[in-house]
Amino acid sequence: MPLSLVQRCNPVLALYLALAMGAAWSLPFLRLAPNRLLTGEAIYLRDVLLPHGGQGGAAWLLVLAALLCVAIGLPKNRAFQAGVMVAMACSLAGAWLLAGHFARSVTPADNMYARTTLGSGFWTLCALAWMAALDAIHRLQLSTLQRLLLQGALWLPLLLLLHAGQHLSIAKEYANHRDVLLPALLRHLQIVLLAVVPALGLGLLLAWRMTRVPPWRTAVFTVLNVIQTIPSIAVFGLLMGPLAWLALQWPSLGHAGISGLGMAPAVLALLMYALLPIVRSALAGLEQVSQGTVHAARAMGMSQRQVFLQVELPLAWPVLLIGLRTALVQTIGLAAVSALVGAGGLGQIMFDGLYSAANELVMLSVIPIVLLATLADTFFKVLGALMRTPTK
Amino acid sequence: MISFQRVSKCHEGVAAITDLNLHIQAGELLVLLGPSGCGKSTVLKMVNRMVSHDGGEILFNGKNINGFDVQDLRRRMGYAIQSTGLFPHRTVAQNIATVPSLLDWEPRRVQARVKDMLTLLAMDPKEFSHRLPHQLSGGQQQRVGVARALAADPDVLLMDEPFSALDPVTRAALQLSLKEIHRATGKTILFVTHDIDEALLLATRIALLKQGRLVQVGTPLELLQQPANDFAADFLGRSDGGLKQLSLRPLAPHIKALEGAPALHTISHTATLKETISLMATHRVSVLSVVDDHKAVLGQVQAADLLEN
Repeated sequence: MPLSLVQRCNPVLALYLALAMGAAWSLPFLRLAPNRLLTGEAIYLRDVLLPHGGQGGAAWLLVLAALLCVAIGLPKNRAFQAGVMVAMACSLAGAWLLAGHFARSVTPADNMYARTTLGSGFWTLCALAWMAALDAIHRLQLSTLQRLLLQGALWLPLLLLLHAGQHLSIAKEYANHRDVLLPALLRHLQIVLLAVVPALGLGLLLAWRMTRVPPWRTAVFTVLNVIQTIPSIAVFGLLMGPLAWLALQWPSLGHAGISGLGMAPAVLALLMYALLPIVRSALAGLEQVSQGTVHAARAMGMSQRQVFLQVELPLAWPVLLIGLRTALVQTIGLAAVSALVGAGGLGQIMFDGLYSAANELVMLSVIPIVLLATLADTFFKVLGALMRTPTK
Repeated sequence: MISFQRVSKCHEGVAAITDLNLHIQAGELLVLLGPSGCGKSTVLKMVNRMVSHDGGEILFNGKNINGFDVQDLRRRMGYAIQSTGLFPHRTVAQNIATVPSLLDWEPRRVQARVKDMLTLLAMDPKEFSHRLPHQLSGGQQQRVGVARALAADPDVLLMDEPFSALDPVTRAALQLSLKEIHRATGKTILFVTHDIDEALLLATRIALLKQGRLVQVGTPLELLQQPANDFAADFLGRSDGGLKQLSLRPLAPHIKALEGAPALHTISHTATLKETISLMATHRVSVLSVVDDHKAVLGQVQAADLLEN
């Protein structure tokens, strides 16, 4: 039976392609500026593709429209979805290649200051291609592991062609900041781990206590919910006073790195934010452990500790992982803001970029943050898929 | 082995157990029987201190149970409950190895013990060791539960309605297994049930409880023949008490020499009187040939002889 147009059409893909056409047409793909502080002159995709004043803009639109028609008309089988995925991976690399190629052709070799920056059109196209590819991967209906592998493979063509963009402004910013980028990344990781690892321990302890002493539940959740509603910058500020006072009272604390500025308030605030998702999931995990199982464990002569470590924790673990994932991703993002109290990390570079209106520098610090968060998320998804133990 | 001396227990001001005196001999399979809420499960849990008692003394091997380290005490008593008690994240082998591991046995000894236990419960170690509990049927889960309770070779086995969630066929098979294990190992077993037939089948002695008080203790036949009061008579089944007695009596004393040609229908010499009469009713005959394990005819039984001593 022939499928109707509506059934054959993937509205998501059609929407992405239509948006892409709009972005390609109306948003500047690149900007050419005499130096890094100026916004520069807009360059559209049609100018890049057709160097002669955009005469072929209509032709370019026609190509996209034809693609759209093909996309609507083709049967939506797995081969089609795989094709979309490959096409989108190539588009990502292609956009980068085009931008890099253009930058090389317009930048004079002796001009140190001229910049070719990536425009909003470039970012929009990349984002749309990425989302279209994710949609295609989703429609392939693979196992979690296979899906995650494909999502990683999506970036392979772009990574292989990374050197093609060396004349772009972002590559120049990277060259100028490469010696601070790695230490900033490590510092960022340090802040995140110093916050999340103790939060995990403390959260588990609190959740365990809450299962034993029910009145603790209301009290702990009230406090944690209030903390969650305070904006992070305010918490950093609120912590500065008391910590500075502590460091003054006990100079040994100050020597150990505790003070109103720097790592201490950042780590402490992030720890408090991470507690809510961890405690909530730990409690949910512990509560779904069957009472009969715990009863049997005790009756066979396990100590409280053994019951917790050998029975309750392993059975609560899959649920706890979800909260830990949330906490980790949230902390990686929030840690950027902690640069405001002098904690350093990738946020430091981000704020430098913001203050000097250097968008490429901002991107240079945001991309690793996004990458870190995605990696953490993926790691926990893989872990969750690998250890899907029955809980009942 | 276990002795209750004037034991009492209050729960929120209400007496749960009142003045319990009960002595359990080594090697006994004592069934705690009674209606729901009679406190039979509480009595069992007091033995391994999952529930504390308020008054009186409970002695284990002549020593007050409060004098033991509580974990040490529990590890010396096997414990089996309904299948919910298995650890869902651990394999069958790991489940069975729980108490031996707590007692720090050598891994090789634990492994060997797990294998023995599975074999004892009629489960193939190769096939089942590495399965998770949810991959087993209800009956298999319960077998693993019993194997786990027996694993550390405990002095006493405490069983709290272990078979109540099973279908009748599986339950009957497990009851026979338990009876066989009791015969082979000579373990002291304390078994809680509300099922009178299960109690009559398994028990060497039954302790009948009502509202936290001990009503009567005795062998199954004693309880059926001389119930202590109306409650006991009712609970044991006043109208079909006679039939229940038949299920406790062996056929063997009623076998007579063959008169004439052997009867058409045969029955095993290990059958009970209940089974014999049931078979006669099924085939509408009054005479059956009795055969031994090798199908050789030993003699015959007549309906008229069965009800006389």
